[in-house]
Amino acid sequence: MSALRTISFDGVIVGGGGAGMRAALQLSQSGYKTAVISKVFPTRSHTVSAQGGITCAIASDDPNDDWRWHMYDTVKGSDYIGDQDAIEYMCSVGPEAIFELEHMGLPFSRTEEGRIYQRPFGGQSKNFGEGGQAARTCAAADRTGHALLHTLYQGNMKNNTVFFNEWYATDIVKNQDGAVVGVIAICMETGETVYVKSKATVFATGGAGRIYASTTNAHINTGDGIGMALRAGFPVQDIEMWQFHPTGIAGAGTLVTEGCRGEGGYLINKDGERFMERYAPNAKDLAGRDVVARSMVLEIIEGRGCGPEGDHVFLKLDHLGEEVLESRLPGICELSRTFAHADPVKEPIPVVPTCHYMMGGIPTNVHGQALTVDAEGNDHIIPGLYACGEVACVSVHGANRLGGNSLLDLVVFGRASGLFIEKALREGIDMRDASETDVEQAMARLDKLNASSGGENVADLRKELQNTMQNHFGVFRNGEFMQEGIRKLEDLRGRIENAKLDDKSMVYNTARIEALELHNLFEVAEATAVTAEARNESRGAHARDDFKDRDDENWLCHSMYYPADKSVGKRSVNFEPKTVDTFQPKARTY
Amino acid sequence: MLQVSIYRYNPEQDNQPYMQDIQVDTGGKDLMVLDVLEMIKSQDTTVTYRRSCREGVCGSDGLNMNGKNGLACITPLSETVKNNKLVIRPLPGLPVIRDLIVDMTMFYTQYEKVQPYLQNDTPAPAIERLQSPEDRAKLDGLYECILCACCSTACPSFWWNPERFIGPSGLLQAYRFLADTRDTATTERLAQLDDPFSVFRCHGIQNCVNVCPKGLNPTRAIGHIRNMLLSRAT
Repeated sequence: MSALRTISFDGVIVGGGGAGMRAALQLSQSGYKTAVISKVFPTRSHTVSAQGGITCAIASDDPNDDWRWHMYDTVKGSDYIGDQDAIEYMCSVGPEAIFELEHMGLPFSRTEEGRIYQRPFGGQSKNFGEGGQAARTCAAADRTGHALLHTLYQGNMKNNTVFFNEWYATDIVKNQDGAVVGVIAICMETGETVYVKSKATVFATGGAGRIYASTTNAHINTGDGIGMALRAGFPVQDIEMWQFHPTGIAGAGTLVTEGCRGEGGYLINKDGERFMERYAPNAKDLAGRDVVARSMVLEIIEGRGCGPEGDHVFLKLDHLGEEVLESRLPGICELSRTFAHADPVKEPIPVVPTCHYMMGGIPTNVHGQALTVDAEGNDHIIPGLYACGEVACVSVHGANRLGGNSLLDLVVFGRASGLFIEKALREGIDMRDASETDVEQAMARLDKLNASSGGENVADLRKELQNTMQNHFGVFRNGEFMQEGIRKLEDLRGRIENAKLDDKSMVYNTARIEALELHNLFEVAEATAVTAEARNESRGAHARDDFKDRDDENWLCHSMYYPADKSVGKRSVNFEPKTVDTFQPKARTY
Repeated sequence: MLQVSIYRYNPEQDNQPYMQDIQVDTGGKDLMVLDVLEMIKSQDTTVTYRRSCREGVCGSDGLNMNGKNGLACITPLSETVKNNKLVIRPLPGLPVIRDLIVDMTMFYTQYEKVQPYLQNDTPAPAIERLQSPEDRAKLDGLYECILCACCSTACPSFWWNPERFIGPSGLLQAYRFLADTRDTATTERLAQLDDPFSVFRCHGIQNCVNVCPKGLNPTRAIGHIRNMLLSRAT
């Protein structure tokens, strides 16, 4: 074999965000040899940017709160293509997972009774939609993601998890049986490439919001896990479903938490009208994110946008008073002053719907095991591969995620993956070693890039990709226009595969990493585009001008994108929760 | 045109670091320093720095800009540029790996030394441990640290004794757990800090307070630890 060094672990987690570190914690506590590969020091992962909180029926705000109500909201929010067994698992196990975090030290805000503070978020109800607005989102001021991520890093430190920080995984290593037996990874500091061998490879690589020009996502959210899975020939599910967060700061893209509206803030158009009263008479500004984002875009299109260009609306907070803003939303005040030059205590924040979250991803079961589907529609487990967090599609979010459910998703399913792998390791995992050819195959892309000459500038290509996605696959979509977008992507594929890497140095070569990331961005973008064009209906975040209605007859199902022939298939949604009755699809109004 | 001067060093080809002058057309906009770096990198991909969230919460892009440590992503040009000139250097006092990227090992080691995780030897309840809003408020100004290292690398005491003085960031975290009513390891924590270097090398210079991009006050936290150590001794 080549001079490639091999490092072996029982479990390897790719990604050091909330999901990855929760999975790692579980495995480290069990005593199995566990490593986390993270392309940034773990507390720089994107979980750190989560603001408003983590939704869970811990019965603090309302002693009678019930996880089944949370489940109802989540199923409805998903526009009925969230899997009900997975949502049931998340909502029922959630409280235990939250209390564990608190015991670990997470500095939650508190109620007068000393319990965890919960605030209202969009799409929340009591009593299965009949009992009015609930307050179910557990918060550490408006820095919940930061508090959670640091607490998890600290917990891993306490349990001696091995971290490969600033290492970058490039591709999956598969053995002759098609099982996943580890990844190829680059140590960024030295440039050394190694084969990290593992009995269980967990992808916790997060989202890919950087496929859009305007995004709340960090620079590092480049869909590395999706790219690796697609290149290995594995399918992705519901990848056309992208959440546009209603309140990104206009121009900058930085996130303004839904918690602002939970605390009583609301959106206004240029006439000062609280326009959400027209679109969602009951929930108003706390309707589902997809509903609010579309309403904002309609206001702007119809000429009621704010600012000299009329290209945004305002989020009004000043009526809440300085004390509430400084105690409940201190981070927002800081961000708004820095990026919008607006002090929320005195003036509204200019906001616009901004790409925020990838509902789709690698299909998994509730144990985090990655799946593929055969021609007859039967699920098959991919041996050795697991996924959790944003990169996975369990699916608890379906066509639209509720605010506060992403942090719960990553904690619950990071934990579930760890628990399952621990059990599997105890029972014994037997997979054939990768051959030389298997490893060489996984090295092919990196080898090609390292040997390349010429090609176009990575930053220019990335911008072109992002603009194509922004223009052709945004909040509102249209068949003809999407087909044009797909043609542009077809032209981009070859150019991106042959992008230029002038700098072939070894030590901390970020140019090499950015070129590899661009390949991943492209894979996510293309899968999104092809699948969005195929889903001939409007559901959740996927809104089409040419198919305005939800089509339960044909599309009450997951989409599956198969990379080998770029085809789109369907997979059944789970309507069989174990302990409650099925929530039947009905018209979704707020 | 903005005159930018960047610290460059690639150990594979440079015998020593040098400053590279680059002119950047900002279009008259008050960009963030990180935006300027991104503009430069799109033209010269060899320019190397860390960045992630670009909104001041991940702590990746701590740099020295015109002599002052801060986060590139939330430092607007209007705040740092003087006479149309912007000098960008890596954080001082730590070994440089390449260009603006420093080796943070010493910084992280000091953080780990304070055992920055909650320790509580009583059995956990079935729900959360209760904590009053007043007790929780004691953690404000402490838990928000993003580990960017702007403070510790601005601290002369840390420059001189990076292996023995915990530094402002680590001590802020040490106090975050000393102040947490849920933590029961106060005695052990204080015993570990009770030597001439860990805490007492702080001379109250307050560079840390001046540069903290999150507006935190490590000096005050260090003062609290000193008081706890002194009252423990008596």
